Amino acid sequence: MALNWFKYSSPQTFYPLAGRLIPVFAVLAAVLGAVGLYIGFFVAPTDFQQGEAYRIIFIHVPAAWMSMFIYLVMAAWAALGLILNTRLSSMMATALAPTGAVMTFLALWTGSLWGKPMWGTWWAWDARMTSELILLFLYIGFMALQASIDDPRRADKAGAILALVGAVNVPIIYFSVKWWNTLHQGASISVGRSPSMASTMLLGMLVMALAYWMYSIAATLMRVRSIILERERNAQWVRDLAGAPA
Amino acid sequence: MWDAFVAVFARDVLQAWRRRADWLTSIFFFVIVVSLFPLGVGPEPALLRTMAPGVVWVAALLAAMLSLPRVFGSDFADGTLEQLVLTPHPLTVLVLAKMLAHWLLSGVPLALIAPVLGLQFGLEGGPVGVLFAALLLGTPCLSLIGGVGAALTLGVRGSGVLIALLVLPLYVPVLIFGAGAVEATVAGTGAAGHLSLLAAGLLIAIVLAPWAIAAALRIALE
Amino acid sequence: MSWGSLDEFLAMGGYATYVWGSYIVSAVVLAMEVVLLKRRHRTLRAGAGRSSQQTDNLA
Repeated sequence: MALNWFKYSSPQTFYPLAGRLIPVFAVLAAVLGAVGLYIGFFVAPTDFQQGEAYRIIFIHVPAAWMSMFIYLVMAAWAALGLILNTRLSSMMATALAPTGAVMTFLALWTGSLWGKPMWGTWWAWDARMTSELILLFLYIGFMALQASIDDPRRADKAGAILALVGAVNVPIIYFSVKWWNTLHQGASISVGRSPSMASTMLLGMLVMALAYWMYSIAATLMRVRSIILERERNAQWVRDLAGAPA
Repeated sequence: MWDAFVAVFARDVLQAWRRRADWLTSIFFFVIVVSLFPLGVGPEPALLRTMAPGVVWVAALLAAMLSLPRVFGSDFADGTLEQLVLTPHPLTVLVLAKMLAHWLLSGVPLALIAPVLGLQFGLEGGPVGVLFAALLLGTPCLSLIGGVGAALTLGVRGSGVLIALLVLPLYVPVLIFGAGAVEATVAGTGAAGHLSLLAAGLLIAIVLAPWAIAAALRIALE
Repeated sequence: MSWGSLDEFLAMGGYATYVWGSYIVSAVVLAMEVVLLKRRHRTLRAGAGRSSQQTDNLA
């Protein structure tokens, strides 16, 4: 693994590798997604408390997990790019941010649609939803900062510092929002999960989570390929690609 | 090192004194924003009293942000910043001095004015005192976290709005504990927990923020 | 399996708006991301051969 790693850490060698990996992850995402949806809709029983509305869980929880996980991975790649000065790591961080923001948006959207029938409101200032919203702001800030800096090397490094500061802050934000939420208990709704989740429900959720993982990896690799082409467009090997099939 | 710290601090304060209109603007901004709220939501005393901590704190966040582009902006433009980076003194210490000056000029005035605004909103003596203490503990956090945003956006187009986008989400814990301290006093549960968390946050910010600011400044000057 | 008919499946026990609203929006958003990524990559590949002066405005 370590050997592969160094061999593929230059954009030029990574570009074709990513091209070969994308179909693998895309197919895995599609298969796992199909299996997960089948389990979610046809195997998992109706929830005795929430009826069929709980079936949103199969796309809500994976999106919420990915949204948080991608931020951490993004901060890790950014830190690696900052410390080791490897261009590819920074490009990975840049490539992860939009997918993370998409996941955050989907978690908020599905959470809101789940909340309406369950708690009778589209939006509750509950600790999880509020932290998720702030996470969306953090992603937007990261992307806005990188977009407004013209020099890609500076954009990488500035983004890395912001991502690291954000990563230190995320647990503090979550803790503070939770604390704030418990103090305003009267106004909020406790979002409890039913204590005994049928094992098929859990299985469906985990399979869907894996599908979202694979999707995120595929999407990130697709984006990193575009970023490589943009950054290296003056390199000879990119010009040589012109005649070759995509 | 200490001499350098004092020199940078004194220089920033002196410069700000020469351009005091700049700093007064953000303080008036604070007063005006807070005064607009009763006009927007109505003069109901009970409503104003519950809103007061949040309104004052949100206005403080916005006011603290207004002055951020100036912290490094003029030094960046006239080349002073480059010389600061090249001095043999650790940049983190110099950065800390600059942030201390920023706090003295933008944070402390807010904390001093806030009690008056609190009284306008019908807060009692106890909560007003806590509001003052919370602002005194919280505004240095705002300066330090904001400094990271200011350093990252140096010389970047549209940096003013960008700072807001970067920094406001990071201000959330300060807002929660700061406004929470006052609310807790009003509710009679005591503000000790909130204030000690604010102090803990300040310690974390003092330890970590100068590193991030120094690194961001080096990147901006490359 | 808990569904007697297709109608029952689509009705989602009365929660159709919420369940399908979540699933359809998620599917559309993810599909759009993929389409946009593919288009971006295709445009870049098409411009790859041109000289740097011409491609400068692509970024």
